[in-house]
Amino acid sequence: MAEPLIRMRGITKHFPGVHALDNVDFTLAAGEVHALMGENGAGKSTLVKVLTGAEAFESGEVYLGQSPTPIVNRSPQEAQSRGISTVYQEVNLCPNLSVAENLFAGRQPRRAGFVNWGEMNRRARAITESIGLDVDVQRPLGGYSIAMQQMIAIGRAIDISARVLILDEPTSSLNEQEVAKLFALVRSLRDRGLGIIFITHFLEQVYEVCDTITVLRNGRLVGQYAIATMPRKDLVAAMLGRAFDDLAAVQRRSEEAIDQASQPVIAAAGLGFRHGLSPFDLEIRAGEVVGLAGLLGSGRTEIARAVYGADDPELGTLAVKGHKIGHSPLDSMRAGMAFCPESRKDEGCVQDLSVRENIVLAEQSKRGTFHLIPRAEQEKIARAYVDLLQIKTANLETPIKQLSGGNQQKVILARWLATNPDFLILDEPTRGIDVGTKTEIQKLCVQLAEDGMAVLFISSEIDEMLRTCNRLGIMRDLKKVGELVGDEMSSAAIMSMIAGDEAGEHRSSESAPTAKESDV
Amino acid sequence: MSHHTDDTPRLGGGLWRGLRARFYGNNFLVLITVILFVAIYLAGVIIYRNKNFGSLNSFFDMLNSNPGLIVIAAGMTMVLVSGGIDISVGAQVAMYCMMFAFFMENKGVNAYVMIVVVLVTGLVFGLVQGVLVAYFRIQPFIVTLAGMFFARGMTAVISPQTIDITNKQFMNLALFKIKFPFGGYTNAGGVYQTPFIYLSVVLALVGLVAVYVIMTWTAFGRSVYAVGGSEQSALLMGLNPKSVKLRVYVFNGLLTAYGGFLFCLFSTGGAVEKAQGFEMQAIASSVIGGALLTGGVGNVLGSFVGVLVQTTIVKFINFNGTLANGWSSIVLAAIMSFFIILQSVFTRLRARRE
Repeated sequence: MAEPLIRMRGITKHFPGVHALDNVDFTLAAGEVHALMGENGAGKSTLVKVLTGAEAFESGEVYLGQSPTPIVNRSPQEAQSRGISTVYQEVNLCPNLSVAENLFAGRQPRRAGFVNWGEMNRRARAITESIGLDVDVQRPLGGYSIAMQQMIAIGRAIDISARVLILDEPTSSLNEQEVAKLFALVRSLRDRGLGIIFITHFLEQVYEVCDTITVLRNGRLVGQYAIATMPRKDLVAAMLGRAFDDLAAVQRRSEEAIDQASQPVIAAAGLGFRHGLSPFDLEIRAGEVVGLAGLLGSGRTEIARAVYGADDPELGTLAVKGHKIGHSPLDSMRAGMAFCPESRKDEGCVQDLSVRENIVLAEQSKRGTFHLIPRAEQEKIARAYVDLLQIKTANLETPIKQLSGGNQQKVILARWLATNPDFLILDEPTRGIDVGTKTEIQKLCVQLAEDGMAVLFISSEIDEMLRTCNRLGIMRDLKKVGELVGDEMSSAAIMSMIAGDEAGEHRSSESAPTAKESDV
Repeated sequence: MSHHTDDTPRLGGGLWRGLRARFYGNNFLVLITVILFVAIYLAGVIIYRNKNFGSLNSFFDMLNSNPGLIVIAAGMTMVLVSGGIDISVGAQVAMYCMMFAFFMENKGVNAYVMIVVVLVTGLVFGLVQGVLVAYFRIQPFIVTLAGMFFARGMTAVISPQTIDITNKQFMNLALFKIKFPFGGYTNAGGVYQTPFIYLSVVLALVGLVAVYVIMTWTAFGRSVYAVGGSEQSALLMGLNPKSVKLRVYVFNGLLTAYGGFLFCLFSTGGAVEKAQGFEMQAIASSVIGGALLTGGVGNVLGSFVGVLVQTTIVKFINFNGTLANGWSSIVLAAIMSFFIILQSVFTRLRARRE
């Protein structure tokens, strides 16, 4: 193995109530592209933040190169001075400044104390040419594509003598050609002996450009593997693991209980985007709980948003009970849809409003601003759902921010149930809440289906989906790659489908009689 | 990755590249301001050709009556570029005028001592506002609104009465003229009018150029653009946005005091109601000169052209003689709307190109 650039040993860090990193080891060698993999909350971004000095850690050591003395980076600047640079998903440069200025911000060449523009532009041209970019360095950065901006950010990082380059989700907003360009640059930097840490959710890209993989799960190191020794299926299994929960049995609905001849409550045909989420078909009937399984960033949330009209799909059609509808949240609500989004904090709760106000919010907006729901009725609705869902709150007027995560989630759920929907989308409804509430929500989900609702259920936990869903759509790299129904669903089958094309291993499961390809 | 092939025509090489770079982005807006100014001015020269609109005297009048605004609009541009705003400058100018008038006339303080006192007061004023904006993270609008009330109140506390300045040293400075041997005209009474500018205009232009040089050729100036463009990015690029913002307000405090001094040289008196709405004239000049209130974009020399555009409008109304003064505000409103729409269209076009 090549000489190590970074050795992290026994890194431990807590966030309130969570073991963010538990005794994690990580080694980066010179001349390798090293993927850091794991689901949400696995600890990859915390590990990177410890390395770059953006977060402090509690115990463990970080060594630079062969040196026996541990280092501590207290700020990104300090890490940068030791040759560790990060390029983030959102480009952290200034769009209003020229390319050259971005490359030299804070370290402009001077002459007699004044910025030497000629020298700066000349040196900027040398940098961009050395990494093969064809740009006019005097033009504002904002005029270039995100891909180009990212490569300029990389140019800045390596010019500040970076030996270690961290690429945090650099490809999420790039198209294929742009990814190819970026990877060409990454490979050439690797050949120059840089160590590159690559964080992404796209499995394909890991296998395309990386040499080594480190997998984290729930703040623990699962292992470090050479790419050749790690088939995709094993990687997915390592990332997802098996959730340990012996929750009270939640019995999913059997296929027979669902009237397959009935008209679907929602039917998406070829819905999707030209860039991003590939067109997909999806039908859900009354009484069904359909799950979407896939890794983070595989397109689960994107499907939910496209169906609900939170994003406006460019392609395809969506019918609700046989009628085509427009793509806006208000159209969707009026057609009987409800959407509990993934991010409770940013997209769900209105923190300073009371439990009552949060609960009636969606119903109020459905009725329109000028049909104010009378206070007495608001209280009646809120009281009914607080009782039904056993929301623990001091009273109806308590601000929602004072509730626990699980109870906040129930309030958001109540908000949508109050609109009396025919179709409910739940995006990660159980993330970050206690086990008891988790079970309640799973049970409620099945109960709602029994009462005739159609439910789309998104979760990172396979076991949870196996318990609640009677059908699963499988997502990989922004594409719906197949469906599994009833008894076909097992964690092994799901994982091999998520892992995708490799050595034909998963073909057997995809060609199984009940699994239908919905690729467009 | 595409490279220039050898047979790619390269138009004019470096010079063309430099020129193109200069008119990219929002410098284009400055160019439009300049064209607009030249157009309005030429229109005036033609329409009022019998009234010497086009004489050098008439052009110099525009400068002679606005030395304070020239400097303060330059400072305002810097503040807007940093992503902030300072609406206290008008009230500060009133306060500085009152300080000059009261201490020189009623207390007999030496004029040069007062200049230093006023400049130091401006620095301290800017320091307090800057600390509140940068380190206490209070909205610049709110901080400088408080600053505005404070300065206007302090003006009245110093003296509720209007005081005219008669101090000899000060009046010598105020009336010091630099005469030009050409460009004049002979008036109806047959007297030759020599064109001249006051010393205050020279001082104002020195201030303007200094701000331009600082904003264009110093690390501090470029940091102001970076912080205004994206504070988060500036931080991650190793700049210190808090310190940059603090220095912006301190520097602007100094410039406001300097501009207040120049304003006082022109108006030679202190009164509670002086320089009402002055901050808005400064903001208008910056905006017409191409600054965006969202920060990151603005040109100090553009703000000077903005001052000229505004002054030309006033001149137009005056030369007409039959229109009420209110019309200059209305025309200004129209021109500003035109600019804001232009900026928005321009920004949107650029977003689409991305």
